[in-house]
Amino acid sequence: MTIWRTLWRDLKLFVDDAALAASKDLRIEWRARTTLAQMLPFAALVLVLFGFAFDANRPTLELATPGLLAMTMLFVAVVAVQRSIAVESFDGARRMLVLSGMAPAAVFAGKAAAVAVQLLIIMGLLTVGVVVLYDAAVESILLVVATGVAAALGLATAGSLLGAVVAGAKTQQAVLSVLLLPVSAPVLVAASRAFGDGFGTVAVNGWSWVGLLLAFAAVNAALGAAVYGALLEDA
Amino acid sequence: MKVVRLKGAVVLVGRFPALAGVDFSVESGEVVLVRGANGAGKSTLLHLCAGLLRLSNGQGDVLGCDLASARGAVRRRVGLLGHDTALYGELTATENLRLWAQASRVGTTDITGALDRLELPTSRRDIAVDRLSAGQRRRVALAAIVLRRPELWLLDEPHAGLDSSGRKIVDNIITSAASAGAGVLLASHELRLSDDLAHRSVTLTGGRIVGDSANSTNEPTQ
Repeated sequence: MTIWRTLWRDLKLFVDDAALAASKDLRIEWRARTTLAQMLPFAALVLVLFGFAFDANRPTLELATPGLLAMTMLFVAVVAVQRSIAVESFDGARRMLVLSGMAPAAVFAGKAAAVAVQLLIIMGLLTVGVVVLYDAAVESILLVVATGVAAALGLATAGSLLGAVVAGAKTQQAVLSVLLLPVSAPVLVAASRAFGDGFGTVAVNGWSWVGLLLAFAAVNAALGAAVYGALLEDA
Repeated sequence: MKVVRLKGAVVLVGRFPALAGVDFSVESGEVVLVRGANGAGKSTLLHLCAGLLRLSNGQGDVLGCDLASARGAVRRRVGLLGHDTALYGELTATENLRLWAQASRVGTTDITGALDRLELPTSRRDIAVDRLSAGQRRRVALAAIVLRRPELWLLDEPHAGLDSSGRKIVDNIITSAASAGAGVLLASHELRLSDDLAHRSVTLTGGRIVGDSANSTNEPTQ
């Protein structure tokens, strides 16, 4: 009984700390709107330019939609993670996280959750964009949503982990892109396949690719939870 | 009771020994002034006592917690004011203090009291910290420490950037913290201001303590 009570208390403290870290990052983003202000025009431009690139050929655009969504999410993730690092750099703010006594694993979870929420907002708007502009038909809305959530979690956990690795580097923005883009290749492949099944453009089992995305997120979450404290101290 | 105890403490920054074998202690209720030229190791000593740096050699404990194995426990019980403020620029003073309070698991009911104590004007409390003056940001950072009620105060140039009223407030805070039984470690170049507060002064040169003298005009209350 005591063990369960201790576990429950620890879990509650973890969730409280993670919620605090996530709400802090989201409040800062809501106030500054740095990521959204950069990414919404970028996402809109990608949709329009792809339309021009394929001569507004609807069958081709429909085929390209899954890869386009996954690729755009990947680029948005780089910017969102860069911003997540930057908010801790103002006047030594990162020291607050270290000195406060918050569990480093919970801080990692909270920061990754905040990045994932921003990715999901962009993904939702992009999906509406491809349906309206490319006339893409959604065959399974549940699969598209699940793919978006799983891909956002994978990119957010990998990005937050690598973000902590490069946080102390002078050229962190360049290094983050160089590291995150190849590391996220499995997300790009799996999300493209799963989105493809969701939009009905490829005949694969999309749910098994969603499983791969979740496994990728779980591995990065476990790694991040294990090493984030040491990375935070060294940054 | 000793709140800081260091024996042969060595801290390497890269390969450079920022502290090169320091023997040092602070009693509860004692205010210790750390003197020294730039690069003497004052900030390193404070960061070591805050649990932010690893001991490369030697032994040390802060508030009874071993600096080799329990730095996390140390951090929760100390208050560090560094050269920077450790505040989030996009959040207001009130939001920053609420974040500190919730993260440190102290009550949020004293936020207004802490800002009142630092005499931050009410009109400046709900605008983003990055729009405050440097002195006002410094007051907010001090309010965050006041809110946490640490058992060991580590203050690196606490008078820097403050006007005369702010300096008096800092002096009052240091005096009342020591009276309440907390240890205070104060690194400062403003010796005229800090000498009156300190019960003892230590002088660092090249990462070593080369002088340690009690202030006969100012005895600890405990």
